[in-house]
Amino acid sequence: MTSINQTGAGIRLPNFCNLGVMLRVLLIVNLVGIAAAVLRARDLADAPAQFLVFAAFGEPVLVVSLLVLCAGRRLLHALSYPAAIGLLCLLEILLAWASFQFFGTVVFGEPGESFGRIAALVLFVTGATLFYFDLRARALSPAIAEARIRALQARIRPHFLFNSINAVLSLIRSEPKRAERALEDLADLFRVLMADDRSLATLAKEVELARQYLAIEKLRLGSRLQIAWKVDDMPATALVPALLLQPLVENAVYHGIEPLEAGGTISIEVSSASGQVLIVLTNPFKETGSDRHSGNKMALANIRERLALHFDAEASMQTRIADGNYEVTIRLPMIGEQR
Amino acid sequence: MTLAEAEVPRVLIADDEGPARSRLKDLLDDCRAEFPLVIVDEARNGRETLEVLNREKVDIVLLDIRMPDMDGMEAARHVAGMPDPPAIIFTTAFDAYALKAFEVNAIDYLLKPIRQERLLAALRKARAAAPITRDALAAAANQPRRHLSVHERGKIHLVPVTDILYLRAELKYVTVKTAEREYLVEESLSRMEEEFATSFVRIHRNCLVARAAIAGFERNAEESESGWAVVVRQTGERLAVSRRQQQVVKDFR
Repeated sequence: MTSINQTGAGIRLPNFCNLGVMLRVLLIVNLVGIAAAVLRARDLADAPAQFLVFAAFGEPVLVVSLLVLCAGRRLLHALSYPAAIGLLCLLEILLAWASFQFFGTVVFGEPGESFGRIAALVLFVTGATLFYFDLRARALSPAIAEARIRALQARIRPHFLFNSINAVLSLIRSEPKRAERALEDLADLFRVLMADDRSLATLAKEVELARQYLAIEKLRLGSRLQIAWKVDDMPATALVPALLLQPLVENAVYHGIEPLEAGGTISIEVSSASGQVLIVLTNPFKETGSDRHSGNKMALANIRERLALHFDAEASMQTRIADGNYEVTIRLPMIGEQR
Repeated sequence: MTLAEAEVPRVLIADDEGPARSRLKDLLDDCRAEFPLVIVDEARNGRETLEVLNREKVDIVLLDIRMPDMDGMEAARHVAGMPDPPAIIFTTAFDAYALKAFEVNAIDYLLKPIRQERLLAALRKARAAAPITRDALAAAANQPRRHLSVHERGKIHLVPVTDILYLRAELKYVTVKTAEREYLVEESLSRMEEEFATSFVRIHRNCLVARAAIAGFERNAEESESGWAVVVRQTGERLAVSRRQQQVVKDFR
């Protein structure tokens, strides 16, 4: 499953291993706990004590649930949505029952507390949480699609297209062979860009696309454009949002290289560390006082948006200016063909 | 037929991209049969364009808008101040902002890739039409110039705006003062105030001071109606602050 699977529970159940999802679950359950504590309390001063009762009983259930769900998410995602929900509810009841047996007498003090009431509460919280994630998935899937469409629209500056065609035209008389190759490159590049209906792509493909793009830019910029690739250690099969790299590289050429008389070097480093993919892109930066940066900000905002839609809080993008260089750093969780 | 018409037009190509320059050269060669011309030289940015103009007689400049160091817009504004400026034909692949500004100000341009017929038509028109005015160029520009141009003995001399200490209006001219010397330019002080609003501040009806050139303020200055004077960095000159602009003193403290 790449990201959006039309069948199965994958689309409607969250990825329980995602940090953002875990945080949301913790937040929802504890908010319900606070509400329950306030309801049960005799007065406001009693509420913290009531919440402690809830926490002592509920937090172990919550933490174990999240661990089990993270470990077993592939199984869950393979089931149909109703079956997955059924299994999930069963799991929660089981865990709650175990917690009740274990902590029940200690926490509730009196043996009169029945498990039925607790089971109802557990089912209610589970249902509410799942309902929230289902709603969120429904709300976000058009957002993902829309962000991708905007990325596709913004992916190539008209500036690049017309300048490239102009460069190829200049080669036709003097170096017909090179012109042929350039047109083939251009066709390849646009084939990938136009046919793009993926939402996630492998890093290897993203790097290849950026290479083709740079080959065409090299044609018109010549020795002004130098590229330092450091991708030997990259996790080639890791999945990243499609068209992540090319717009960044295009920005680097447009804002970093073109304003420089002597040109400069764009360095692109892709590596992995502790389950994360790390992408660092550096280009020379010259303060021109021009307002051309608005286009740059748009591309960056789009990438940031798509990172958030796909990976929630687990992905980040930072930009900084240091030593006359502009540097973009992207971190995202490593996911393979299987999520 | 007058002498000027009989002369073969001398054309300068200005573009930062090698392939774009060679494409233009090919096209100009193709135009020769119908429109005899001489290619004087090639320039890679606005500054080189002005250097060629100082050296050679040029009738038509094919000027790319987006170039490093000094872009086509700024170069054109310096060229337009020349006593007998060459005609300028702007070229661009795509620049949404510039194109819109050009339309609004009725400035012609050629879109790359350029067709030979379009180039030919533009060359013919450029010879016949009046040069683009400085005002039209100023209106179309979206950023302040980084240099002022002074025309001395038919040559363009560039004064970096960052070197300027103050600008003072004197009758028809504006005196441009740097640490080394003074220049006279034929411009309007109020237009300059608008253009350089971020780096200059008005302290008097006839004077703009570079913010970076203000060393301090002096009280009880002579010949100053407000009593305040700006102390200029490097030269140590005192410039009177008018009563109307007195808040400048407060803003800077």
